Amino acid sequence: MNCFTIENLNVHYGAFQALKNINLSIEKGNITAFIGPSGCGKSTLLKTLNRMNDLVEGCKITGRVELFNEDIYGDMDVNILRKRVGMVFQKPNPFPMSIYDNIAFGPRTHGITSKYQLDEIVERSLQGAAIWDEVKDRLKKPALSLSGGQQQRLCIARALAVSPEVLLMDEPTSALDPISTGKIEELLLTLRNEYSIIIVTHNIQQAARISDKTAFFLHGELIEYDETEVMFSVPRDKRTEDYITGRFG
Amino acid sequence: MKKQNRQEVIMGFVTWAAAVVTIATLLFIIVFILVRGVPYINPSLFSFTYNSENVSLLPAMISTILMTLCSLVIAVPLGVGAAIYLTEYASRGHKSVAFIRATTETLAGIPSIVYGLFGMLFFVTFLRWGFSLLAGAFTLSIMILPLIMRSSEEAIKAVPDMYREGAFGLGAGKLRTVFRIVLPSALPGILAGIILAVGRIVGETAALIYTAGTVAQVPENLLMSARTLSVHMYALSSEGLHINEGYATAVILLLVVVMINMLSVKIAQRIGGHP
Repeated sequence: MNCFTIENLNVHYGAFQALKNINLSIEKGNITAFIGPSGCGKSTLLKTLNRMNDLVEGCKITGRVELFNEDIYGDMDVNILRKRVGMVFQKPNPFPMSIYDNIAFGPRTHGITSKYQLDEIVERSLQGAAIWDEVKDRLKKPALSLSGGQQQRLCIARALAVSPEVLLMDEPTSALDPISTGKIEELLLTLRNEYSIIIVTHNIQQAARISDKTAFFLHGELIEYDETEVMFSVPRDKRTEDYITGRFG
Repeated sequence: MKKQNRQEVIMGFVTWAAAVVTIATLLFIIVFILVRGVPYINPSLFSFTYNSENVSLLPAMISTILMTLCSLVIAVPLGVGAAIYLTEYASRGHKSVAFIRATTETLAGIPSIVYGLFGMLFFVTFLRWGFSLLAGAFTLSIMILPLIMRSSEEAIKAVPDMYREGAFGLGAGKLRTVFRIVLPSALPGILAGIILAVGRIVGETAALIYTAGTVAQVPENLLMSARTLSVHMYALSSEGLHINEGYATAVILLLVVVMINMLSVKIAQRIGGHP
């Protein structure tokens, strides 16, 4: 079963073509890693999957992207799409409000008002993101008082709170120290059972450690896509080999 | 090395002197007003109705509050609304945005007596509102509109884009993102603009004399004339009969301004109380 099916996708920013004829099927219940050097289009592709590119002026998209066989650039309501496809950003971006309100923002957006239900969602989401024990006594405290690593796990909890089917992660650990990074990687491994996760990463070792499948991009093209183990042991393309052995990038 | 040292000392002295002159000027004005005004503060200044015996400032004080409220009710929604449009909805760099901005800047540079004249010709005469609270409030709200708009715009622009992305990423629409995420974050900045605007309203005379008139009574409805504290002081000093009471009024006006400032700092702290 595929969560995303991408066919003949081209993305332009003005005159610049960021993605060239991408065809890719992303499997459900896996961690899929997008790797490649800066400017290779991996983040652009990620943002195409929940239509965050809509916010970029001059961005033109052709081709087809399907989420469980539904065309996301067709009739689908973009806000529903983003509820189904959650996103965690490169820099932790909790809202300047309490921990509780951060988590409750999403559910409230989608119409949940009962205090009882919200309490339950907040606890479940924070537990899901392995941060409940650290914050359960200070849910009313500002989220910005947490450390960077905690903030990022809070953002993951916030994304979980709207019960997404897919989680997009745009270099979620690049702003964090090694210990926080380790915690987030552990967390992702526990989340992979319930959610399909797509992670963009600069860190090749991270892709090797946690992902089931890896896609390698270069200059807006998809060079190679395979089981992570296969790709990291016997890459088919010379460029993939050069990149993962650290010859460039 | 030595030369640089001397420059350090000279610059240090110059900045120190600038600070001292600034503070000394303020202190001098305050002390001067206090010395001249405090001896003439007496209970009759606060009687509910004004007559030339008691020279009461209470009606003017109430009028000031009413004038401030009315002007803000008109200008704040317009100013903040326009700022939201310019920053969140209009496409960045569009011609209309540049035009609106140029218009606002021009409005901000117009002397207040010109607003007064316009208010008299348009609101007072053309719309037949007479010298009234309403005409004064509309005139002032046009005057403070650029101030509120600019400060709101800056405050909204200062809200990091990652908050917006976070909200959109959760499936929140534009409206919800703007009102639940962006505006609360920008509130301290918006309030700062409103406070400056209140300061201008309380201190304004030229734009009010020919629009709100100078009747020293608490207005009973929007179409009655209202004399604010500043206009009251202007009237007292231009009549020349109650100079001492004028100073006493100035003391009260000063207190009001200080109180507004302290209150607004408190409000801003409470609302923007994030680390």
